[in-house]
Amino acid sequence: MSKPVLATTSLAGCFGCHMSILDIDERILQLIELVEFNKSPVDDIKTFTKPVDIGIIEGGCCNSENVEVLRSFRKNCRILISLGECAIMGGLPALRNGIPIEECLHEAYIGGPTVQLNKSHILPNDDELPMLLDRVYPCHEIVKIDYFLPGCPPRADLIWEALVALITGDPMKLPYEVIKFD
Amino acid sequence: MSNLIKFKIDNKECMAEKGTYIVDAARENGIYIPTLCNMPGVKPKGSCRVCTVKINGRLMTSCTTPVADGMEIESSAAEIQDIRKSIIELIFVSGNHFCPSCEKSGSCELQALGYLYQMMVPRFPYDFPLRKVDASSPKIIKDQNRCIQCKRCIKTIKDEQGRSLFAFRNRGHRIEVVLDKELGLMMTEEMADLAMKNCPVGSILKKEKGFDIAIGRRKYDHEPIGSTIKL
Ligand code: SF4
Ligand code: SF4
Ligand code: FES
Repeated sequence: MSKPVLATTSLAGCFGCHMSILDIDERILQLIELVEFNKSPVDDIKTFTKPVDIGIIEGGCCNSENVEVLRSFRKNCRILISLGECAIMGGLPALRNGIPIEECLHEAYIGGPTVQLNKSHILPNDDELPMLLDRVYPCHEIVKIDYFLPGCPPRADLIWEALVALITGDPMKLPYEVIKFD
Repeated sequence: MSNLIKFKIDNKECMAEKGTYIVDAARENGIYIPTLCNMPGVKPKGSCRVCTVKINGRLMTSCTTPVADGMEIESSAAEIQDIRKSIIELIFVSGNHFCPSCEKSGSCELQALGYLYQMMVPRFPYDFPLRKVDASSPKIIKDQNRCIQCKRCIKTIKDEQGRSLFAFRNRGHRIEVVLDKELGLMMTEEMADLAMKNCPVGSILKKEKGFDIAIGRRKYDHEPIGSTIKL
């Protein structure tokens, strides 16, 4: 039997969840025995090259590119996991939810106390830049998500237990300490 | 004493003094029923519904219902657990609970109930309501994003004449618990400490106080809420 295929991505996140994946320490050697990585920052494969079994999403959707990547993950992955608070509920980026986008941009690029070098008062407007969304969306408000692993970042043991349970079909062991929202 | 009556919780024989509220009676018998708005020693208000149990096929709040002789109470059935979980989830989505940046994280009762019920994601959509932070008091910060309107501050923080320093403002979905502008100025250091302690969430924060308990040593880092009650 060929190994299950894994893909991961970071949308509007800080890469902390990916760091937590690496936090499984030496079990990473077991992980590469168990699965084959496809599109992921872990192996730097940029595009899907085959159907994927498990897709792991870090971060919510704050711009059009996040939405596009998330949709492509849904299309290419059999199972999708929202990993971490940002994917699950927007997380810290969603602190801007409720504040009009003009106000956010003004604060960040024109009026904020740390803005010094933007003399001509330019807001980023290059066509290459993804469009900001009106607010930050939890991933499950954009596509169907199959599993949720909370935490900021999710504990490495939670990630490990969940992946092993998914791959082997064994029941998950979830001690009290591994489910945390911070 | 002759005032002792018998009743059952999940078929377990229990005893308590007549007139005791079910949550308290359960606790005396080593059974934990989760609560949020309720506080020992304060008249119950039955506002959060987290303590829901089933008696004679009816859902009731156990913090406001006294035990009666021969009463049969259901508390741990999957259906009741799920009702409680859904209430916790509702409270989460109807405020703005960014636990990773919250001063109360790790010692918050709402969050601890989320852990107890293994809330991986609320079943309801997040509301992201627009709420304010009021930092005008010299003693405390009142963060409306996290207030669950449990009234614990209103009931317990009072001046010498018995006037509450906190009060409700507005109605319906705009309702909020605020620090009274004038009475608030009389808040002492001790009152501020107590207000922060009595608030089950991170809505009342003392000024000039930072995170002072390391992650891993906070109240609910290792022990689930209610674990000191269970026999
Ligand atoms: S009050 Fe409790 S639930 Fe709300 S953000 Fe703070 S820790 Fe989380
Ligand atoms: S400030 Fe805290 S104690 Fe007061 S009503 Fe809100 S949640 Fe309850
Ligand atoms: S604890 Fe009983 S209703 Fe809140």
